[in-house]
Amino acid sequence: MHTVIIGVIGADVHAVGNKIIEHVLKDYGFNVVNIGVLSSQEDFINAAIETDAEAMLVSSLYGHGEMDCKYMRENCEEAGLDNILLYVGGNIVVGKQNFKDVEQRFKKMGFDRVYPPGSDIEKACEDLLKDLSK
Amino acid sequence: MGTHLLVDFGSTYTKLTAVDLEKETLIGSARAMTTVKTDVIEGFNLALEKLKNAHEMMPEIVQISACSSAAGGLKMAAIGLVEELTAEAAKRACLGAGALVNHVFSHHLSKKEIKILKSADIDIILLAGGTDGGNNECIIHNAKRLKEADLGVPIIVAGNKDAADTIDELFQNTNLEYYIVDNVMPKLKKLNVDDAKHIIRKIFIDKIIEGKGIKKAEQKTGEIIMPTPEAVLVASELLAKGHEEIEGLGELMVIDIGGATTDVHTIGEGTPKRMEVILKGLQEPFAKRTVEGDLGMRYSANALVSLVSPFEFKQYYDTDHNGFNDNFKEHAQKLHDHVDYLPDTSEDEAFDEALARICTDYSVSRHVGSVEVVYTPLGNMYYQTGKDLTDVQYVIGTGGVLINHPDAKGILKEVEQKSNRKLELRPKHSQFLIDKEYIMAAMGLLAQKNPRLALKLLKRHLT
Ligand code: B12
Repeated sequence: MHTVIIGVIGADVHAVGNKIIEHVLKDYGFNVVNIGVLSSQEDFINAAIETDAEAMLVSSLYGHGEMDCKYMRENCEEAGLDNILLYVGGNIVVGKQNFKDVEQRFKKMGFDRVYPPGSDIEKACEDLLKDLSK
Repeated sequence: MGTHLLVDFGSTYTKLTAVDLEKETLIGSARAMTTVKTDVIEGFNLALEKLKNAHEMMPEIVQISACSSAAGGLKMAAIGLVEELTAEAAKRACLGAGALVNHVFSHHLSKKEIKILKSADIDIILLAGGTDGGNNECIIHNAKRLKEADLGVPIIVAGNKDAADTIDELFQNTNLEYYIVDNVMPKLKKLNVDDAKHIIRKIFIDKIIEGKGIKKAEQKTGEIIMPTPEAVLVASELLAKGHEEIEGLGELMVIDIGGATTDVHTIGEGTPKRMEVILKGLQEPFAKRTVEGDLGMRYSANALVSLVSPFEFKQYYDTDHNGFNDNFKEHAQKLHDHVDYLPDTSEDEAFDEALARICTDYSVSRHVGSVEVVYTPLGNMYYQTGKDLTDVQYVIGTGGVLINHPDAKGILKEVEQKSNRKLELRPKHSQFLIDKEYIMAAMGLLAQKNPRLALKLLKRHLT
């Protein structure tokens, strides 16, 4: 069974989507470790180390996603999580911006997949299964 | 019905407490120096003689129970993966079992850390790491290192269950003494220390006290059933929860200031008291014990004063006496070198009081949880880590200095909220009780056989 960490990063308290993501991932047969809202990068990383997770699905809803996710890839590598998959989604930047640009910026930061507002989780689950079988 | 004799083989004194089982009263107590160097029974016999002389009408002794913290108590090392997660869970298991934990290691044990373990004075090692189904590489690496090191102390393996068989095979057919028990953190942030605590107590009873020369006492006292700090924790839990129809006191805190350490015990969930507070971090134990090795009245007086500046020290020192303005470190050194020193001038008494205040304030500061604020346009949200103890009903003081001090409750006021540390979740409006008769540990022992009577006596004698 694949272990996946989910949570909402930074000082972000939007809790509803997080619960839905947990449900859907479980239905897909993932072992979901939900660290909930108000989670720091360190919380994600510590959880991934102890549980030997293969992926992190980072949510950010309140607009500060870019700041909160800065150096996340570097910090993972620093902690020995060399090959972990990093996905991010929600409303990851402030207001309406060209998603292609946003995606580029997050990919440069080391995220494997970046999802626009309103993406369905099922799509992410399929992507995850595909990426994990590589 | 007779007398139930409760015995505490302490590091300095062997203390006896006698309970009349028929009248349901405390008969009295007596103490003598602990004599581990020669034969522990000597000290015990001496104390018993004193007790019998003082209470000639004492009914026949029909039961004896004993605990011990002699010869340095129970010393453990805790090893885990992430410092804040399995390493912390392992540490809490040790503390809850009444151990002193001077060494906590996380991630892969290095050669340097193995060297430290080799030279350290340790009775048991608790090895954790990984949630069940999580990381098993690290705990297996650490198990290999421990096997090579062959430290000659029992190893309790309480980590990822997926690693258990591998470690079992690794340790089998060696001379290592090891025990494989339930994971201290089976799921992320979920604390599960009962199984580990149970085995720690068993090893303590079967082996550790033997090495420390206390086992001999068992011919006289019957089995020594737990480390003394655990007995205090057991008594605290009983007092909080109550027993059958006898009501307990609810959430409470016990401060135990000794010569070498200050222990804080709290009983209660400690979960957030308000809606807008979100709990973070590893689950807190309902009965939580922390031990501060740098806060104590004598052995640790040195370490204690090095924590505070002269300016801070004065905040705790009664200003009517100004004998220690600058040379307070020298005086602390004197106390450190003469651990049986009793204050004989009013300056010395004020100095001891200041030390006790610092022990109380600092140990509580390290025990309680705290909050951090998150600002949102809709008002503030808070993260809480650790226990919220703002609603604790009773704070109980025990240990020599508090038991003998005329204004012990004044010292205990240091547990309360501090204006300069508002984010610490300290008790706000509790009542103070003092363990005048020094019975907490004894009642923890009595509770094993007779919880009803132990609870009654606790409620009667903590005032
Ligand atoms: C309810 C709500 C709140 C509640 C949250 C209550 C709670 N505890 O959950 C409260 C009132 C507290 C709140 C506060 C704020 N909010 Co608000 N909030 C909303 C609202 C109306 C609904 C959110 C929701 O629950 N949606 C339902 C769930 C199911 O959807 P979801 O959260 O989007 O999650 C889904 C997807 O995004 C996706 N997804 C999420 N993460 C990930 C990750 C991956 C990897 C993938 C693949 C998919 C994925 O899957 C989820 C499930 O389907 C939205 C607007 C909206 N309609 O979305 C604004 C909204 C999110 N909030 C917003 C803002 C600005 C704030 C505040 C900063 C200020 C304010 N205006 O009130 C504060 C921030 C507080 C803080 N520190 O976090 C903005 C964010 C704008 C931006 N990013 O540019 C929004 C979009 C409103 C807006 N249009 O302005 N908010």
